[in-house]
Amino acid sequence: MIGNQTGKPVNRVDGRLKVTGGAKYAAEFTAPNMAYGFVVNSKIAKGKIKSIDTSKALALDGVLEVFTHENRPGYVWGDKNYQDKDSPPGSPFRPLYDNEVQFSMQPIALVVAETYELARYGAILVEVEYENYSFDTDFEKNIKQAYIPEKYKSSKPPEPWGNPDEALANAAVKIEAEYSHPSEHHNPIEMHASLAIWEEGGKLTVYDKIQGVQNSQQYIANAFGMQQEDVHVISPFVGGAFGSGLRPQYQLFLAVLAARELKRPVKVVLTRQQMFSFGHRPKTVQKFALGADTDGKLKAVQHDAFGETSKFEDYSENVVIWPGVLYNCDNVKVSHKLVALDVYTPLDMRAPGGTTGIYGLECAIDELAYKAGVDPLEFRKMNYSEKDQNEGKPFSSKELRECYRQGAEKFGWEKRSLEPRSMKEGHNLIGWGFAQGAWEATQKQAAAKAVLTTDGKLTVSCATADIGTGTYTVMSQIAAETVGLPLEDVTFKLGDSSLPKSPLQGGSWTVSSVGSAVKLVCDKVREKLLQLAQQVANSPLANATLDDVNIEDGKISLKNDPAKAVTIKEALVQSQGKSIEENVSSEPVEGQQKYSPYAHSATFVEVKVDEDLGTVKVTRVVSAIAGGRIINPKTARSQILGGVVWGIGAAMEEETVMDNNLGRFMNHDLDKYHVPVNADVHDIEVIFVEEKDDHVNPLGAKGLGEIGIVSVAPAIANAIFHATGKRVRELPITLDKLL
Amino acid sequence: MATYKLQINGRTYEADVEPDTPLLWVLRDNLGLVGTKFGCGIAQCGACTVHVNGNAMRSCVYPVSAVGNSKITTIEGLSADGDHPVQLAWDEVDVAQCGYCQAGQIMTASALLNRNPKPSAEEIDNAMHGNICRCGTYHRIREAVALAATKTK
Ligand code: FES
Ligand code: FES
Repeated sequence: MIGNQTGKPVNRVDGRLKVTGGAKYAAEFTAPNMAYGFVVNSKIAKGKIKSIDTSKALALDGVLEVFTHENRPGYVWGDKNYQDKDSPPGSPFRPLYDNEVQFSMQPIALVVAETYELARYGAILVEVEYENYSFDTDFEKNIKQAYIPEKYKSSKPPEPWGNPDEALANAAVKIEAEYSHPSEHHNPIEMHASLAIWEEGGKLTVYDKIQGVQNSQQYIANAFGMQQEDVHVISPFVGGAFGSGLRPQYQLFLAVLAARELKRPVKVVLTRQQMFSFGHRPKTVQKFALGADTDGKLKAVQHDAFGETSKFEDYSENVVIWPGVLYNCDNVKVSHKLVALDVYTPLDMRAPGGTTGIYGLECAIDELAYKAGVDPLEFRKMNYSEKDQNEGKPFSSKELRECYRQGAEKFGWEKRSLEPRSMKEGHNLIGWGFAQGAWEATQKQAAAKAVLTTDGKLTVSCATADIGTGTYTVMSQIAAETVGLPLEDVTFKLGDSSLPKSPLQGGSWTVSSVGSAVKLVCDKVREKLLQLAQQVANSPLANATLDDVNIEDGKISLKNDPAKAVTIKEALVQSQGKSIEENVSSEPVEGQQKYSPYAHSATFVEVKVDEDLGTVKVTRVVSAIAGGRIINPKTARSQILGGVVWGIGAAMEEETVMDNNLGRFMNHDLDKYHVPVNADVHDIEVIFVEEKDDHVNPLGAKGLGEIGIVSVAPAIANAIFHATGKRVRELPITLDKLL
Repeated sequence: MATYKLQINGRTYEADVEPDTPLLWVLRDNLGLVGTKFGCGIAQCGACTVHVNGNAMRSCVYPVSAVGNSKITTIEGLSADGDHPVQLAWDEVDVAQCGYCQAGQIMTASALLNRNPKPSAEEIDNAMHGNICRCGTYHRIREAVALAATKTK
């Protein structure tokens, strides 16, 4: 269905608020008599707090209290009470629980004062004596102790199929390679922040930076022994998150604790340094052994991943599912082991597992294609997967071939010579690289509510989030189109825990899940509208069914005789002043499970490498996407562009470096943790290929938050190989590795 | 503590703060002008950019005691109705994603157009490269600055 609203490049409905400073983020709410909390973090990576002296801080005029493990009130402390909707298996970190230090920069105290500046000053005056334990943060050293977790957070790696060992031994062309992806931090520009306000009667209101208000709500209720309905979490705007807001972070717990004890509102805002103290993309090493025949037919895949986790939770992500999704191969075996270190638990970061796994796989495949002497794009065509081999299911749709075709044409791929170092311009070596990617298009359970008032204004709501993805806008479009109203008459509400139930915003499932609920609830409104229209005196629609009518631009008309119409306002008169109100809960229907739903990408990259200096410039990127139906080409394009920018960061710049002598991430600020800036970003073209999908969900849309990033870093790495003949198997590819 | 009289967005505000308090905290915490954002606190991201006598400045490292009689403009005061050419262009191009960095981007861009109404592509890049956008809106930022230049009289 190409409707009158969806498919349109509509501007963000919240765009104006964002250019006038009117959009309010968590830290920007206030309350009368509000106090400020500043967190003190551990200086050691592992040990015990022998003593913590808060007297100097408390002596400052205006410091209200310093909360530590010694004076914190007793709440409930069972593991279950601290598990949230995104917790890996294990024992979650509990702030201020006891004197144990489990990781560097662990929060160990909260100084609360009348002003932020004073709280920050007070934090400097808190004196801590530690007993140091030996710690282990060295990934390489501990890889030998890697283990298979009792339970995976991600899906369990698929069982092997075929006869991989034999196929590998017999393969005419073989490669073995090890790829390494560093730890990275999300670094949204907005810091994590929470404001907690206790109301009369033991009710709590919280403004929080979070990708799912109901996750914070449930977490607080569990950790403080409260009823869920007594906790109200609000988060209308989120200044980026990329996964950092999937789990409630410690500033939330500390703000609530302090507000409860001090009986006044408390706001806790983290600093940029503290943004490096919880959750990161795990360092991941992948070993590949691949075999093909001399024509380039893939014969065997062995893919073993080793991912970083903490000593208290088993974090894992889908690193090794990609061979089964992206390639057709009869003999495959994969494994995924964890390397536990004295760090905070890793945390889902934009396309978790895909960014890492597809990077390794697509570079290793490039190596194999080279060894077989086959053009890398040709190689993918020859080994194209028609079904998801992990699940043994057909794809709900897969127009990846069309991505190849349109992407290659736009990029000019056929002019490429296979030979590395064969293209030059002045002192720059030019390289062209290719990689493909996929990301699951999951639909989760979600609910929505719609209210159409007698003035013809529609309000639809769900407790989801808009972390910059465009949720406000696309949901408004879906609602406007389904009910048949102009976009201006529709309001979409989100970011409030009292609204209908929503999954977390992440994993690219919001359009699929919440969008489907919005469509469903609006379908019900449509039905009601027709019934009312039929009650209008001498209604020309008296005998019409829903299939017979169009509802568009505020009018309900007969399809085969559009002059016969009733306006929505006329119909609403029949409701005698009552609004139409509908609620739904939607989930995947049975038939959907027969298919494997993935979005796909094909990324073509040109780099220019200055061989004398080792500098790399990503001069051109063409990213062709098969993402089902595109609800809003404008917000969709922005999502893909953002993904490409992230891919550039991953390939060339981003790395959080562990100092194994201190057990601490060294580069914890934006000066030393490099993210792409304007100067790193050049030509990027985004193509959306037509893809019709009747199986994925009622909308036929697949979600675009992660598909834009997954194949970018490998395409860049492959382009650098093509330019230089050097295969750098460790991200980021900084200039020192090329010299 | 000392009392500072600050000229912000054409009004006089009073703040009772320590002399070394960064202007950013005075704006956000004392005066409730939260359109100016906090992204690093150490002059690395540009989220806190405001105009001081028409020039782009990072308010997170600008002590309130240094402001004196300078005229401060924040995103809230860039135009009366959000119709500064840069804001209009930003809205038209639909630059923002999460929006958090955009006040800083807009203040940097408008300061550029103040002193150079018709910047070249290179001048745009040079002026804008210090403002980080983690959502990666850089393409549209360039496009919007160029568009705003055509709207500036
Ligand atoms: S907050 Fe001032 S530059 Fe980042
Ligand atoms: S729009 Fe999100 S950081 Fe720039």
